[in-house]
Amino acid sequence: MSKVKVGIIGTGNIGSDLMMKLARSEVLELTTVMGVDPSSRGMQRAKRDGYQVFENGIDGLLQYPNSVDILFDATSANAHIHNAQVAKKLGKQMIDLTPAAIGPFIVPPVNLGAHLDTDNVNLVTCGGQATIPIIHAINKVECVEYAEIVATISSKSAGPGTRANIDEFTETTAKAIEVVGGAKKGKAIIILNPAEPPIMMRDTVHAIVNNNQVNQELVADSIYKMVEKVQSYVPGYKLRTEPIFEDNKITVFLEIEGAGHYLPKYAGNLDIMTSAAVKVAEEFAKHRMETIV
Amino acid sequence: MEKEIIITEVALRDGSHAIGHQYTVDQVATIAKALNEAKVPYIEVTHGDGLGGSSLQYGFSKTDEMKLIEAAVSVVDFSKLAVLLLPGIGTIENLKEASKIGVKMARIATHVTEADISKQHIETAKNLGMETVGFLMMSHMAPVEKLVEQAKLMESYGADTVYIVDSAGALLPNEVRERVKALKNELAINIGFHAHNNLSLAMGNTLAAIEEGATRIDGSIRCLGAGAGNTQTEVLIAVLERMGIKTGIDLYKLMDVSEDIVSKILLEPQIINRDSLTLGYAGVYSSFLLHAKRAAQRFGVDSRDILMELGKRKVVGGQEDMIVDVAAELSKEKITIG
Repeated sequence: MSKVKVGIIGTGNIGSDLMMKLARSEVLELTTVMGVDPSSRGMQRAKRDGYQVFENGIDGLLQYPNSVDILFDATSANAHIHNAQVAKKLGKQMIDLTPAAIGPFIVPPVNLGAHLDTDNVNLVTCGGQATIPIIHAINKVECVEYAEIVATISSKSAGPGTRANIDEFTETTAKAIEVVGGAKKGKAIIILNPAEPPIMMRDTVHAIVNNNQVNQELVADSIYKMVEKVQSYVPGYKLRTEPIFEDNKITVFLEIEGAGHYLPKYAGNLDIMTSAAVKVAEEFAKHRMETIV
Repeated sequence: MEKEIIITEVALRDGSHAIGHQYTVDQVATIAKALNEAKVPYIEVTHGDGLGGSSLQYGFSKTDEMKLIEAAVSVVDFSKLAVLLLPGIGTIENLKEASKIGVKMARIATHVTEADISKQHIETAKNLGMETVGFLMMSHMAPVEKLVEQAKLMESYGADTVYIVDSAGALLPNEVRERVKALKNELAINIGFHAHNNLSLAMGNTLAAIEEGATRIDGSIRCLGAGAGNTQTEVLIAVLERMGIKTGIDLYKLMDVSEDIVSKILLEPQIINRDSLTLGYAGVYSSFLLHAKRAAQRFGVDSRDILMELGKRKVVGGQEDMIVDVAAELSKEKITIG
């Protein structure tokens, strides 16, 4: 079976981690890496591994448009605006890992199926990828009036982009909790913890449902099933304890251990984003192959 | 030369923790009006965890904090209103709203090692014409050099003042001294100090800070702040007067605010009990106090064990979700051992 060709724009931590993950994919073939800093570690790695490398970012693709079918954007919200325009012009599907959110939010186990033909999709935030599946799982059983998530990540795993624009995290995540998770009202909090050795990424979901006699068994079951679904593409995703029920309030504690590909295992926040991105691309690819056949 | 110290009263923000964020418009208006009459220069009003803090994680505000701020603004003609904002919890949008209502000072708080997440917020506050304060929380958790490096970042973003914030009430007087001294040497802007009284050192630490050159000091009237409260404002004013240091605050009037108004709001007098003492001893964020008590009850464990464990795990401010997590874990261990 021939693989679908993909390219990465951006060669920072996320781009580099994607490179390592894509090398393992059975349906995707990484052909091209696009960056702007030839001296960066990511660009060096791309050259070393023999990928086609463009040093003028996505513009290099204008000359070789057949190099890729699907693009990952691991640059910044600002850069994504241009990248999205070029991708659209060339008719390439774009998976956006920046906070730009031009396209609809995607959280794979919740709404990937609805967007297989969408030309630009956005992956929300690491906190969103970790918690929205749980909110959706609760919402399937009991109507979620309010959901709030607290993402705690190690200081070391928070890159300069996240730090400079921390409101983008809270605002984007809160919005996606509503739009994708199904909560009537969403809120997101992010905390950086500098402890050494670095802590694993932790997420807490607090939900208020419109029922004081929560069907605990059904809710817990729905959550467990969802955790398994996420684990299928993020193996280090797990519940820390059983869900805690208190009247109309449900609390779920999560921990995400990264795969340790490009950054160490504590960087579960990076891993869940790149894993989700690869998952989305793989489903796009399978869908393409089915449609073409 | 006579020294002058500028006081910020934090009972209407830090004190929010002690009363489970249950302030009413009436209470805030009454207290702010009285503080204004006593000539307190700055009054801080927000949820205990700053703008946007109302949440399941920290406790919902009984009253929308913007309504509380509005109430305070409407009764002051001398005092200026201040707000606290923790990037990651509150946002620039919240800041703009507060500024529109009439808030004059923005205090942007980060963990002592994470100053770089405050850049956008400090710059925005500056652009809105507000006086800006960088607030380095849990200052006891970082060595002096790190504190200096982070304070310099805040100075470079445009902060007018940087505070050493002893959120856990864990610093000892000599540690306060070396921190203030180092900042005084390296920074050109005002240095501030915010204490918690968990080890009964709030007053001593505050005086040590002032002696080393801190000129901005936080106090909470009747110790109405998280944990065992902060430096007790009315007591501080009396002490400073004895030392010949001016604050411009009317001591008798402030005593009356404490005795006649604030005492009635307190659920119980602010004393150093075994839980608040443990906060200081373990070096844990003072607002964890009531959350740890509740979790201890619920899971049948000793609240001190929870707090000590949180200290061991180097939990930082805002990680209230860890309290239930640790309590659940401790109760499981108890069952296994028992």
